[in-house]
Amino acid sequence: MTQTPHKRSLLPWPVLRQLADGDLLGRGRSVRSKRTDDVVPRTTSADRVAHSVCPYCAVGCAQKVFVKDEKVVQIEGNPESPVNRGRLCPKGSASKNLVTSELRQTTVRYRAPYATEWQDLELHTAMEMVADRVLKSRKDSWQDIDEHGRKVRRTMGIASLGGATLDNEENYLIKKLFTAMGAIQIENQARI
Amino acid sequence: MAEAHPVGFQWVMEAKKRGARIIHVDPRFTRTSAVAHQHVPIRVGSDIAFLGGIINHVLQNELDFREYVVSYTNAANIVSDKFQDVDDLDGLFSGFDAESRTYDPTSWQFAQEDDDEDLGRAQADDAGDTAEQRNTASGMQHEAHGMQVGAKPPRDETLQHPMCVFQVLKRHYARYTPEVVEQICGVSQEDFLAVCQAWTENSGRERTTALVYSVGWTQHSVGVQYIRAGAILQLLLGNMGRPGGGIMALRGHASIQGSTDIPTLYNILPGYLPMPNAEKHQTLTDWIDSVRNPGSKGFWANAGAYGINLLKAYWGDAATAENDYCFDYMPRITGDHGTYRTVLDMIDGKVKGYFLLGQNPAVGSAHGRAQRLGMANLDWLVVRDLFEIESATFWKDSPEVATGEIVPEECRTEVFLFPAASHVEKEGTFTQTQRMLQWREKAVEPPGDARSELWFFYHLGRMVRERLAGSTDERDRPLLDLAWDYPLHDEHGSEWGEPSAEDVLKEINGYEIATGRPLSGFGEMKDDGSTLGGCWIYAGVYADGVNQAARRKSRHDQSYVAPEWGWAWPMNRRLLYNRASADPEGRPWSERKAYVWWDEEAGEWTGKDVPDFEKKKAPSYRAPEGSDGVAAIEGIDPFIMQGDGKGALYAPQGLIDGPMPTHYEPVESPFRNLLHGQQGNPTRKEYRRADNPMNPDPREPGAAEVFPYVFTTSRLTEHHTAGAMSRYVEHLAELQPEMFVEVSPQLAEERGLEHMGWCHVVTARSAVEGRVMVTERLRPLRVEGRTVHQVWMPYHWGQGGLVSGDSTNDLFGISLDPNVLIQESKVGTCDVRPGRRPTGPALREYVEGYARRAGVLGDGGNAVVTASAEAQQESAAAQQGEQHSPQQQEDQ
Amino acid sequence: MTGPHSLFGPLDPAPDAGYVDAPSRKGFFTDTSVCIGCKACEVACKEWNDVPENLYEMLGTSYDNSHSLNANQWRHVAFIEQPAGRSSVGLPPSIGDAAPSRDSVDLGMPTLGAAPTDVPDDAKPDFRWLMSSDVCKHCTHAACLDVCPTGSLFRSEFGTVVVQDDICNGCGYCVAACPYGVIDRRRGPEGDPKVGIAQKCTLCYDRLTDNQRPACAQACPTESIQYGDVDELRERASARVATLHEQGVMDARLYGNDPDDGVGGTGAMFLLLDEPEVYGLPPDPVVTTKDLPQMARRAGMAAAAMLAGAAVSFLRRTP
Repeated sequence: MTQTPHKRSLLPWPVLRQLADGDLLGRGRSVRSKRTDDVVPRTTSADRVAHSVCPYCAVGCAQKVFVKDEKVVQIEGNPESPVNRGRLCPKGSASKNLVTSELRQTTVRYRAPYATEWQDLELHTAMEMVADRVLKSRKDSWQDIDEHGRKVRRTMGIASLGGATLDNEENYLIKKLFTAMGAIQIENQARI
Repeated sequence: MAEAHPVGFQWVMEAKKRGARIIHVDPRFTRTSAVAHQHVPIRVGSDIAFLGGIINHVLQNELDFREYVVSYTNAANIVSDKFQDVDDLDGLFSGFDAESRTYDPTSWQFAQEDDDEDLGRAQADDAGDTAEQRNTASGMQHEAHGMQVGAKPPRDETLQHPMCVFQVLKRHYARYTPEVVEQICGVSQEDFLAVCQAWTENSGRERTTALVYSVGWTQHSVGVQYIRAGAILQLLLGNMGRPGGGIMALRGHASIQGSTDIPTLYNILPGYLPMPNAEKHQTLTDWIDSVRNPGSKGFWANAGAYGINLLKAYWGDAATAENDYCFDYMPRITGDHGTYRTVLDMIDGKVKGYFLLGQNPAVGSAHGRAQRLGMANLDWLVVRDLFEIESATFWKDSPEVATGEIVPEECRTEVFLFPAASHVEKEGTFTQTQRMLQWREKAVEPPGDARSELWFFYHLGRMVRERLAGSTDERDRPLLDLAWDYPLHDEHGSEWGEPSAEDVLKEINGYEIATGRPLSGFGEMKDDGSTLGGCWIYAGVYADGVNQAARRKSRHDQSYVAPEWGWAWPMNRRLLYNRASADPEGRPWSERKAYVWWDEEAGEWTGKDVPDFEKKKAPSYRAPEGSDGVAAIEGIDPFIMQGDGKGALYAPQGLIDGPMPTHYEPVESPFRNLLHGQQGNPTRKEYRRADNPMNPDPREPGAAEVFPYVFTTSRLTEHHTAGAMSRYVEHLAELQPEMFVEVSPQLAEERGLEHMGWCHVVTARSAVEGRVMVTERLRPLRVEGRTVHQVWMPYHWGQGGLVSGDSTNDLFGISLDPNVLIQESKVGTCDVRPGRRPTGPALREYVEGYARRAGVLGDGGNAVVTASAEAQQESAAAQQGEQHSPQQQEDQ
Repeated sequence: MTGPHSLFGPLDPAPDAGYVDAPSRKGFFTDTSVCIGCKACEVACKEWNDVPENLYEMLGTSYDNSHSLNANQWRHVAFIEQPAGRSSVGLPPSIGDAAPSRDSVDLGMPTLGAAPTDVPDDAKPDFRWLMSSDVCKHCTHAACLDVCPTGSLFRSEFGTVVVQDDICNGCGYCVAACPYGVIDRRRGPEGDPKVGIAQKCTLCYDRLTDNQRPACAQACPTESIQYGDVDELRERASARVATLHEQGVMDARLYGNDPDDGVGGTGAMFLLLDEPEVYGLPPDPVVTTKDLPQMARRAGMAAAAMLAGAAVSFLRRTP
């Protein structure tokens, strides 16, 4: 094993280390623990780094997402970005906290009509139930023509309000599907 | 900007270091003010008076950048002599119809060359039906199209003609003197003149001034006109299309720009194409022509290709020339289907199902009580979010459960809360505030059942289509013929895989159908069905088969414009209308400010950015007689999306509420309009209902006593909007753990408020409580000879999260800008009282007591049209179009 | 005069602690004149160092809800609202006399703006909002380190002072020794593995070992927190003060940059716009172990003898 000058000496007893290392008062090289010597930053030991963009405001700060064992271990600014030069505000800096929060929902919750509590629901079952409700509401509120006899072929029974942290690709599919479905009250934070 | 966009603010600090002067105009002293050279406190809702004052200063002292103004703006255009301005009509422009509260803009138009009484075809197209435009948020031609004026209105380039825009503008703002600014805005003349001096001295050939606003500016009943006032000033000073200049909108959400470009908005389709309207767009040709405006200049002339490419992207092989590319498959809008109208429809039981996608209207939208009562009256609600937000739990713990208005056992709404994937758990693009798309890589799998919206909507579509398979009902054809075959990543098993966002992005970019070759730009879009593309302005993001949004060339290895980081629409231009950075001959205005210029030898435009101009069109190019579309854009027309290629100092069309910004008081104000009898924006969108009362007009007896103070709201650095992404996050929640109310020491004394004690703020809608923060960062202003106290609150709290509190947006009513239907939620009147608010049913009694005393308990509102009867008559006389059909009284 | 292993005076701490060819000393320069109080430093620090929540309580001290540096708060942003008509009352006369007149000098800082002309003079405020991100000073002479009986606190090769969590026994001697009140034993939250252990800024020791900047400096949007070689930062700090003085900001001063001060200069220095007390910083900190050598001298001979004896006995046992 080679020893770097900064790491702790291999002498076994602290006092000897102090004398031999010139760290007479025992405050530096001689008192390093093995864990201190072996420390590697998570940014270095990560399995991979994904390039991302901060999800908060619209400045568009580039983020580097460090992943170890399929877990996010650090998110920080990308210094190469001409937008943020590696910097992040408190919200951007809290991104790891956001995505790894124990408060996140990870299962579907369902509240039946008139119920006072949530219940759990299997994801695919929930999807089936939503698909059924979408088709029923569409059917029940379908308009081929409006009250002036103008062709409208739509439903006024289904509305949507999207946040503005959705991806362009997501918004594209949302608008495409709702338009084909005849739903028009499709709105977004951009009007708020 | 330091408060809500701290990382963007590094560039302001960088500019300050290099000698820039930073001026911050804000009702309160914020973290931005703390490092600015000058902070100018202003009365909330008086910004047009302030900007109008600067415009007046520029015009009276001839401080405009004359060569720029003459060549690049419509200053020289002659306005019809039928036009009457607000000073003649007590605050109304000519053409007002009091019944529908809209204008017929015929008299606002430019004069005609041949003195013909008839308007040019393009101009006439938009005159009339402004009530309809207000309902469909289409006055501004779908937010981006610019006005459709005749290509060649008469001009007087000496700017002396009494009806030229320059002179009309000068007269319009002549009353906005420093004294009037002081009286309306509460800004001292000294402070005001210092701003005027700094702005004008720092504009011209050698220098430019940037105007930065945050989108609180849009949240006013005259929000669009606020921004218009900024645009007029920046055009007069030659700051548009030039480096270091411009108007920068600091938008507040990661892809809110993208959410407008590829909208989930009821009135537009991707690329700002209009959602078809049952009346105006009966055929494909109607629809295309309404965008194209035959006869006008500019790039919208190719709208046919953009529209047909979208239809092909939607309906693929089913869309053919013979069936008008399935144009009939499009549902039609017939009026106001905006989010606020829809919420009121929920209360009225007209809506059955509602999707909330990463949005928390129970806290984030104006009039929270209406939002929650609406949600409590649905058949079903789907909420997709990272956390259990207030909009998912309204049925069990909302303020209305406390007041007894929502009883869980009686609330029928079925609620599905789906866990959503976070930004690191899915791939895709965000479009940031400068129109730049940046691709995000997926870092990890989402936890548990969390999924992306892409997954949710792809599979919802798949399942709906499977259920309808074999249907012969004509109404199901749009779903069955939909092009909906996106390749899936396989991690959740074949049937339930995650769609490839990159393939969706390729469709958005567009490609040649026969070969699959991605389009390199919208210029390659064909109107014959041989290409398809989902959003014309994004064409080029996948040029050469490369995901251009994923480019990450280090800033150290490229110019400061950084063209190889991400991709900006259109065509990777980083600064719009940058042809204006060169003089009419195509030379940089100055070496310091060189950006894009004409290279005579090479015969093309060149520079540091992609020129926002046809590359080979020389500055000397003049349009041949009778030309239109792109050919009509001359070598000296930098504003290529405008109908006349010129920056609009005066907007004869496109705005519901007038061709020039004029000061109106907010819907709720303790002051009468100093300038005119017309108190507020006469054309604002209102919903007159008992459940949406607005605080009374200051003329109403007693109004000033019941709601004597002004309040405003904004963000804190430490939180994010409705709080879902900060109140549930330890490291942010602890930084601002409680709802608070900032008041000046003087108001604290007047109302007996103790620092860190409790107080509550009351309007006709609700009362919310918070801790008192007494601070000199707020201070009373003198307005119209009286003292006005302004109160400030953040709006991040609700009942959920690690830190909870009352929601400030509960205080606002619903009253909208007429152009874009955005709510006035930055200003209102209120009372402030020490101590906590009442709880339980007593809260409603308390609030209703206020409404009763203010006289707004019934239909909840004050008079909207307050100009003198004489002025109303005179204004109406200028109206030439047909009488508008009366709108529903409730819904104007 | 300062000699090797001195407990006061100018010194390069890493070589003094036995490091051969130590990298140049690293530290922070926090320029409060460009701080916007965003608290990115607080959050970035917590995210990187797994520092748990501190307290969920609104304190009413302007926008500061973190209170102070402690085991759960390794960066702390102070917010000082200086009200209208503030004066140098309470400061020593010499400082008071030297303070520039608020009325005649443009400080380059904003005021709330001149009031409208019909507001009486006495109602015209002269206000500023100061913000400053505080952190462990990484003293040249660190009393926490001097008194640590276990060797948990150590001087790193970068000249910084770092707690070794695996060694600390939670005795708390360091807590009393710090002249700035920085180091502190973690009290909670329950279940946190470091409860009871002394905690403070490590200047992101782990990141430094791979040439990465400390998390706070990396995040800081406005370059208020600058990281680098202490010698270079001291020069930069002096230049910045000179620039601000030229611009008329006569209040600008440095804190912690003087190697002759009571702690031998700090590894984390500050540019302040008012007296240190205004920011909650001690005006003239002195290493609490400064007099230790004199006190210890009388016991020195005996200690040396014991030490030698112990060493001999230890060597005998070594195979």
